[in-house]
Amino acid sequence: MSDFIFESLDKETFDHKNDYSYQKDFGRGLTEEVVRKISEDKNEPEWMLEFRLDSFRKYQEMSMPKWGPALDGLDLDEIVYYAYDKEADKNAKSWDDVPDDIKNTFEKLGIPEAERAMLAGVGAQYESQVVYHSLKEQWESQGVIFEDCDIAINKHPELFKKYFMKCVPNNDHKFAALHGAVWSGGTFLYIPKGVKMDQPLQAYFRMNAPSQGQFEHTLIIVEDDAQAHYIEGCSAPKYGSSALHAGCVEVYCGKNSRVRYSSVENWSKDTYNLNTKRAIVKEGAVMEWVGGNMGSGVTMLYPCSMLVGRGARADHLGIAFANAGQNQDTGAKVSCLADDTSCNIVMKSLSKGGGLSTYRGLLHVAPGLKGVAAKVECDALILDPISKSVTIPRMDIRSSDVTIAHEASAGKINPEDIFYLTSRGISEEQAEAMVVNGFIEPIIKELPLEYAVEMNRLIELEMEGSVG
Amino acid sequence: MLKIQNFQIGVEGNQILKGIDLEVRPGEVHCIMGPNGAGKSTLVNSIMGHPKYEVLEGEVQMDGADVLDMEVFERACNGLFLAFQYPKEIAGVSMINFLLGAYNSQMQARDESFRPLKPFKFKKMIAPLLDDLHVDASFLERYVNHGFSGGEKKKSEVLQLKLFKPKYALLDETDSGLDVDALKIVSEGINDVKKTGMGIIIVTHYQRILDYVKPDFVHVLKDGQIVQSGGAEFAKELEKKGYNWIV
Repeated sequence: MSDFIFESLDKETFDHKNDYSYQKDFGRGLTEEVVRKISEDKNEPEWMLEFRLDSFRKYQEMSMPKWGPALDGLDLDEIVYYAYDKEADKNAKSWDDVPDDIKNTFEKLGIPEAERAMLAGVGAQYESQVVYHSLKEQWESQGVIFEDCDIAINKHPELFKKYFMKCVPNNDHKFAALHGAVWSGGTFLYIPKGVKMDQPLQAYFRMNAPSQGQFEHTLIIVEDDAQAHYIEGCSAPKYGSSALHAGCVEVYCGKNSRVRYSSVENWSKDTYNLNTKRAIVKEGAVMEWVGGNMGSGVTMLYPCSMLVGRGARADHLGIAFANAGQNQDTGAKVSCLADDTSCNIVMKSLSKGGGLSTYRGLLHVAPGLKGVAAKVECDALILDPISKSVTIPRMDIRSSDVTIAHEASAGKINPEDIFYLTSRGISEEQAEAMVVNGFIEPIIKELPLEYAVEMNRLIELEMEGSVG
Repeated sequence: MLKIQNFQIGVEGNQILKGIDLEVRPGEVHCIMGPNGAGKSTLVNSIMGHPKYEVLEGEVQMDGADVLDMEVFERACNGLFLAFQYPKEIAGVSMINFLLGAYNSQMQARDESFRPLKPFKFKKMIAPLLDDLHVDASFLERYVNHGFSGGEKKKSEVLQLKLFKPKYALLDETDSGLDVDALKIVSEGINDVKKTGMGIIIVTHYQRILDYVKPDFVHVLKDGQIVQSGGAEFAKELEKKGYNWIV
């Protein structure tokens, strides 16, 4: 028995493949027909079908991003954009109602156990469908809504329509348009005014079949003076054919609210993770992004905070691990659009086995603002001579009453440190893992203990052997 | 016995040690003195296996086992310990994780049936050692040597010396940078482990530690060679006259 729920995670757990014959019933590639089928399947209101079709048109018109990692290996015609296991009920309230193989997958990932031990609620998505959803009674009675987005659109139509893809519009970029066309499942979280949730909620997104696409939508609305912590986990087995994840996360932080969004992304190394995450942060509110990216072949992910109200604050804390064959292009984007706004960005990257990690950041301060403060720190640890790290911090500062600090470091593990640790009987491999864990500790310590253990475990798995 | 024979060490093409012969029996304290640059630190660091040093010639045996054939961590697991002159700061790694990881690793290597200790039990076990060194328990939550004063770093090394119970310990200037109170505490720690039958090599260029730790042998190192050795009387003579008259 392990002390911690996620301590015994291993490669087998992530790589385990369930039967995916259900995928045969769904076609590859994207046509208007697929878009219409998704909407019809979900009994969506007319406006959503229109929105999907509008997004699809935009997607067809827009070109691929001309910057960042090459996406040549991604064959968009081979992707299965929408699929689910017809054996699984939607949104089961009990794990017993989830088909055994899917239930076992989530059990090995520790999700039901974490739910019992420490979470206020859990959502579990398998391919395009949410298979399990729960929220503890104590929060439900206070008016908290935690639902699958597919459900929320019909159950809470006004709230849903008011906020859906207003923070990330469908013309933002090609993959936001794609998301608008084929989104399915995800999380809808609504915290009423003044409700302070002290237990985190978690959603877990699992892809199982090869060449699968997953496009879950996460919509988080936290009203004035409220508080929430939402945790996301993701994984997929490896097949050797490209899978695509183009999720979208929208967070609305009301006045003086406090929102923390933590994610541990561990997609398989043949996944393109082209994810869009953005928050609108009102007066006096605090938005915190804590993220770890271990998986994916190519990642493009730059959580964004729009600080629109006076005194709004954003913290962006992130870790990216680029192992053999991985291109982790991650960073942070903050727009200061009101007086006395502030942000703190700390990004740590690791490169190993020929992996490339890039920090790409944008700090924007609008004209005529007072009292803006920003701190950016990016540190890179390069674990061998064949790996690379790149830092591209952009700053677009249009006010003069601004305090900005930028620090960046890049280096390798100091052999003197390894000598010290090995001289205490710790093997060289363990010593390196220890130094690496120490390097990311400032981020890890911001995660709830169980998830900190999970992150450390994932790092350990990446550190094992010469090729990950 | 820790047996060092014709030990020759080079760094970046320069020969630093030119053939050291030394035998340390269990329970003996050997003190190595000499001017700066004589090769004192090189001697103990190269016995421990610092990657910077190249072994040109010679042998090191610990109770018959070939030390130079072992990885650094294996040397530790087999009972060799080096107290660093400048212990390394490892950011983000707590003392408790470091000490527990090292302790479990060493104990498992020495005894297959040893079951790794959990943090709670380990903290209980280590508490009296912290008390002996006048160190607060919050010390365990700090990052390894991070922001430690000179005295705290040396106490941390002596704590590890007592915790890991090596057969042979190499102490590299463990007395330097200490005020009198800290020097007394550190020396007590060394005397404690000597009583358990540990063989000890102390490298120093101050005589003052000899006020607190009585060596069985004193060796004077100069230009990579031991130029004179003696017993307790020699130590006293050195105490009076210094070692400059020899070199």
